[in-house]
Amino acid sequence: MKRLVILGAGTGGTIMANHLKKELDDKKWGITIVDGRKQHYYQPGFLFIPFDQYKPEDVVKPIQQFIPEGVDFVNISVDKINAAQHQVVLANGNTLLYDILIIATGSEIAPDETEGMQGDEWGKSVFTFYDFEGAIALRDKLKNWQGGKLVVHITEMPIKCPVAPLEFAFLADSFFKDKGMRDKVEITYVTPLSGAFTKPKTTETLNYLLKEKNIHIETDFAIESVDNDNKQILDYGGKSVPFDLLVTVPTNKGSQVIENSGLGDELNFVPTDKATLQSKVHPDIFVLGDATNVPTSKAGSVVHFEAEILTENILAYIKGQKLEEEFDGHANCFIETGGGKALLIDFNYDHEPVTGTFPIAGIGPLRLLKESRFNHYGKLAFKWVYWNMLLKARPIPFVKARMSIAGKDYN
Amino acid sequence: MDKIISGKNIGLTDEGFLKDFAQWDKDIADALAAENQIVLTPRHWEVLTYIQNEFKNDVPLSIRKIGKSGIVDIKEFYQLFPVAPLKTATKIAGIPKPVSCI
Repeated sequence: MKRLVILGAGTGGTIMANHLKKELDDKKWGITIVDGRKQHYYQPGFLFIPFDQYKPEDVVKPIQQFIPEGVDFVNISVDKINAAQHQVVLANGNTLLYDILIIATGSEIAPDETEGMQGDEWGKSVFTFYDFEGAIALRDKLKNWQGGKLVVHITEMPIKCPVAPLEFAFLADSFFKDKGMRDKVEITYVTPLSGAFTKPKTTETLNYLLKEKNIHIETDFAIESVDNDNKQILDYGGKSVPFDLLVTVPTNKGSQVIENSGLGDELNFVPTDKATLQSKVHPDIFVLGDATNVPTSKAGSVVHFEAEILTENILAYIKGQKLEEEFDGHANCFIETGGGKALLIDFNYDHEPVTGTFPIAGIGPLRLLKESRFNHYGKLAFKWVYWNMLLKARPIPFVKARMSIAGKDYN
Repeated sequence: MDKIISGKNIGLTDEGFLKDFAQWDKDIADALAAENQIVLTPRHWEVLTYIQNEFKNDVPLSIRKIGKSGIVDIKEFYQLFPVAPLKTATKIAGIPKPVSCI
């Protein structure tokens, strides 16, 4: 009996367990999935919690609920991987041997990477919505906040769901309008990038949104520290931005397990072949989702597409064949723009987001790179799709792992 | 778009990055630096050489990475290339704009 071990029962690990349970011969292969947590979070929902649009209980379910029958679930944290011995060491000292290892350990926030971020103001005027507890704390803060300077801030790239902070700024604009206090709030968006959107076409199409919502933007800001005494953030180039309420996206790093195992780069992301999703160092290790260093967004849609490709490649690897399936970097993201509207973007390693129709060329019903109510309903409906289809690796109609260029307005 | 830089016709992206590293040489680096109000010193060249080597080895670049390179810390990187240092340095080094996702 050969053994395939999956580390992490988040989005990527859970989808892989469901795919492989269907594909592998259970007389020849045993599948084990390892994760020390009890809960599975619908992470895109964190964005809506601060504005009280989602309740905390909407975004959390027992982790075990999505592990398919016949897959061993080991509910213990991982200490490290001994790649040379093809072995995983658990936090309790037990070991698991593997013939194939899938790393799906994700990414997490590391506020301690920035000087002063977790200082006296942390939880008082400095918040993040990038984890469950943080999103709830921010909701409680916003309930009674009297207004002032709201600064929405990205520490450094890459981050999970790169559009989320911008969505936060848009939703904040709507939230304060609805409360009748928009005139008391000054919103500034601070980014280490050269624009709110990093792709030229998107910037051209969407810059009107910032103007329309009266959101100030501060670009090329590489934070050095949070100054708790004077309530301002300072950058290496000498710039400063004052805040009354700082909503920051801290540095995102791969799991500590990766660092313990010596398998990561300087942010604990695993060097991974961007087409085959095989480790660049160990042929019996495959990586997907936020844990990789591949140059596309760290997002649920990406891991969903990667899982289809990776399943084919693992089957080929088992047969001793060449890995022929190639991931193209496909990402598909709804962007909430406030006021009950949303945008949809679809892109990959080579093609930046453009206007057009999705998922059916020429028909839609969703419109790319254009605000619409329908897109917003699509985003809300996605929570149901996530729990009921995506995690269980059921096919989503018309949406393919490789990006289609049909129905899109390339020049 | 094409542009004449130090007497040569150079292909540039809309954002001013060289399309083809093969067209790059030290005179072009000096000219691109001057456009960004920078005079290249031996310290600048150490950083530019490091950046070019990382690019050739297919290693994604970030400000953090350069800060941990052992060549410069982030503070000095900013002193050398004061405005948007990673973008400016990669442009002068003749390599593509670092990918930072959307």
